[in-house]
Amino acid sequence: MMRRIYLDNNATTPVLPAVLEAMRPYFGEHFGNASSIHHHGQETRAAVERARDSVAALLGCRASEIIFTSGGTEADNLAIAGLTSPGDHIITSTIEHHAVLHACKHLEETACDVIYVPVDGHGLVDPDDVRRALRPNTKLISIMMANNETGVLQPLEEVGKIAAEADAYFHTDAVQAAGKVPIDVSRIGCDALSISGHKMHAPQGVGALYVRKGTKLQPLFYGGRHERSRRAGTENVPGIVGLGKAAELAMQRFECGDDSRMCALRDRLQQGLLAQVEESGVNGLGAPRVPNTSNIYFDHIEGESMVIALDLKGLAVSAGAACSSGAIEPSHVLTAMGLRKHRAHASIRFSLGTQNTGEDIDVALALVPETVARLRELSPVSKKQAVTY
Amino acid sequence: MTGLKTIAVAMSGGVDSSTVAAMVRAEGHNVIGLTMQLWNQRRLAGREGMPEQVTGRCCSLDDVYDARRVAEHIGIPYYVVNHEERFEREVVRPFVAEYLSGRTPIPCSLCNNHLKFDQLLVVAQQIGADCVATGHYARVEYNDARGRWLLERPADRSKDQTYFLFGLSQDQLSRTLFPLGGMTKPEVRDLARKHGLALAEKPDSQEICFVPGGDYKLFIDAYLAERGESLPDTAGELVTADGEVIGEHHGIHNFTVGQRKGLGVATGSPLYVIQINGADKQVVVGSDDHLYSRTLRGHRVNLISVDNLREPMRVAVKIRHRHEPAPAVLEKIAGDEVLVTFDQPQRAITPGQAAVFYDGEIVVGGAWIA
Repeated sequence: MMRRIYLDNNATTPVLPAVLEAMRPYFGEHFGNASSIHHHGQETRAAVERARDSVAALLGCRASEIIFTSGGTEADNLAIAGLTSPGDHIITSTIEHHAVLHACKHLEETACDVIYVPVDGHGLVDPDDVRRALRPNTKLISIMMANNETGVLQPLEEVGKIAAEADAYFHTDAVQAAGKVPIDVSRIGCDALSISGHKMHAPQGVGALYVRKGTKLQPLFYGGRHERSRRAGTENVPGIVGLGKAAELAMQRFECGDDSRMCALRDRLQQGLLAQVEESGVNGLGAPRVPNTSNIYFDHIEGESMVIALDLKGLAVSAGAACSSGAIEPSHVLTAMGLRKHRAHASIRFSLGTQNTGEDIDVALALVPETVARLRELSPVSKKQAVTY
Repeated sequence: MTGLKTIAVAMSGGVDSSTVAAMVRAEGHNVIGLTMQLWNQRRLAGREGMPEQVTGRCCSLDDVYDARRVAEHIGIPYYVVNHEERFEREVVRPFVAEYLSGRTPIPCSLCNNHLKFDQLLVVAQQIGADCVATGHYARVEYNDARGRWLLERPADRSKDQTYFLFGLSQDQLSRTLFPLGGMTKPEVRDLARKHGLALAEKPDSQEICFVPGGDYKLFIDAYLAERGESLPDTAGELVTADGEVIGEHHGIHNFTVGQRKGLGVATGSPLYVIQINGADKQVVVGSDDHLYSRTLRGHRVNLISVDNLREPMRVAVKIRHRHEPAPAVLEKIAGDEVLVTFDQPQRAITPGQAAVFYDGEIVVGGAWIA
């Protein structure tokens, strides 16, 4: 049996054993509807509220400011649609996740004006661009905390100040930051912040939106008065419990320095690859990044072939964005950073999780250079075309 | 076949390629399923003349879904590879340009030459495969005496796809497997059933994969509109073979040699398009007799069974997919140009189509009709 190594934790992470254990009773003996008044409901209500406390602790907010959702996409949509009205102006960036980008595009087509601020070659938004984009009717600024492809951390505190001065709401998609770097909503100065369970070792299908107390939020859909009438629908109790447990574990990892351990592994992988492979480099190098992500270009290769070749050898990484068929499309993030098409196509994302070990990195350091060499040898790009960058 | 190989199967989500995957897997090879994403059907959906809903067969999500299910069923890794950019550059644009210059293109051959047996072979090699197997009805084998890879007609003549494969090089043929070459379509469906493939009864695709509903004129309009380009004005005169102007037409791309309908003129005897002059935008019409010709010139010739045409050669030549190869003499006239002289005049020799040369079962080569 081939040894499989997973370095695609920005796509999803494995549920940690302790998280699974915490969830397990809520699939069986504790099955109650958290809205029920009887014993069964009280049991699950208590579990949901304990989880809310844990998530609030992770984000530095009040428990009552947390809304559980079906995931990061719903949290982003709830914030963007819920904080704006027809005629409003929205500022976001070109490197947002599609959950934000397409939600904004939809509003742009129907009711709102949207400005997409660019990023520089490091993948950073310039807060001055945000300031310049302000209009009297700017209602919402949505800038992500950490980019999913490069891991680059955006200057949120400055954006938060700009939003406050302009009296606009500030939402941040922190899906790729949560559990990787400490988050404090009051330091960021945001009114809303999205997280997703499965990017931080909780299961798929659960997420949360922080919404600052007193903020008026339109719900996305209508039904019962769950989540203080902000998110109708019976709570996904096992998922929420898992998210709560994952939040606790993330805080423990910060305390014991697991983030620096991961950062050391990531840096060893990155430096090893750059040392062994010529004409390679890190996208977003020089900007602050989350400790688990490294997006590396290997000129003259096709990222798509690389991902397949590595998968067939047991190493899971990613390149670009998967479209509905499963084919890979060039990353809008890398092209927004100004990468030429060939280099965007030649970029691979390595993203670690807390489960990864030094041995995993050793295997990757052995497999990747030999695969790059094979691809380059067989590449029509490197032979036929003199590519200028 | 000796020994076990790593084989990439080009899976379209149809019965043929799915059965190929199951066959080579059952033989014990290490098999990787690949589907090429070539065209996004949603691009033109909803434009004028195009269906609102995605109905075309090419690269539809349904086909990818089917291919994925087959891969899972037979237990092989499966990937979709994105070649949309190259497909548009090498197949769609030339397809449009050919029609606009008064020729009748064959996109399937372009796709085979530039994508399936070029890009896909590269990807297959890069990911560690020795060769690519496809669901084409054709045979390939190495001939020791000639020292060449030969492309041959399949057992099921009604499914013969060698016409679309004439452009393959020796290198490409050496790394290609056509496992269905010895089988008939009903046998393939039987085998699909035996392997428990849920799509064993799926109907065959017929039309050009990226042209929904088969109307290429509507496709050209919608494609150019999407790209913000206007349809070039190729309207002009309708003339007889003697040069007499008998009417006007709205654009040469609306015509194909041999076409009878839609000429917009009424005469006593049936009129056919006998020639399209791209340069002066003339469509030449005449009687059925005018459609027959004994010779054709081919360019960009590709030879398979021989390395060169040193002297005139007796062959049978197929001038369109559904054409019974007709006896002819093939000779080289210059560089990559050939002259084909038929024993009997052939009807509607159409520029833009391919002329493929056969020596019995063997494909000698082919060229594009000039």
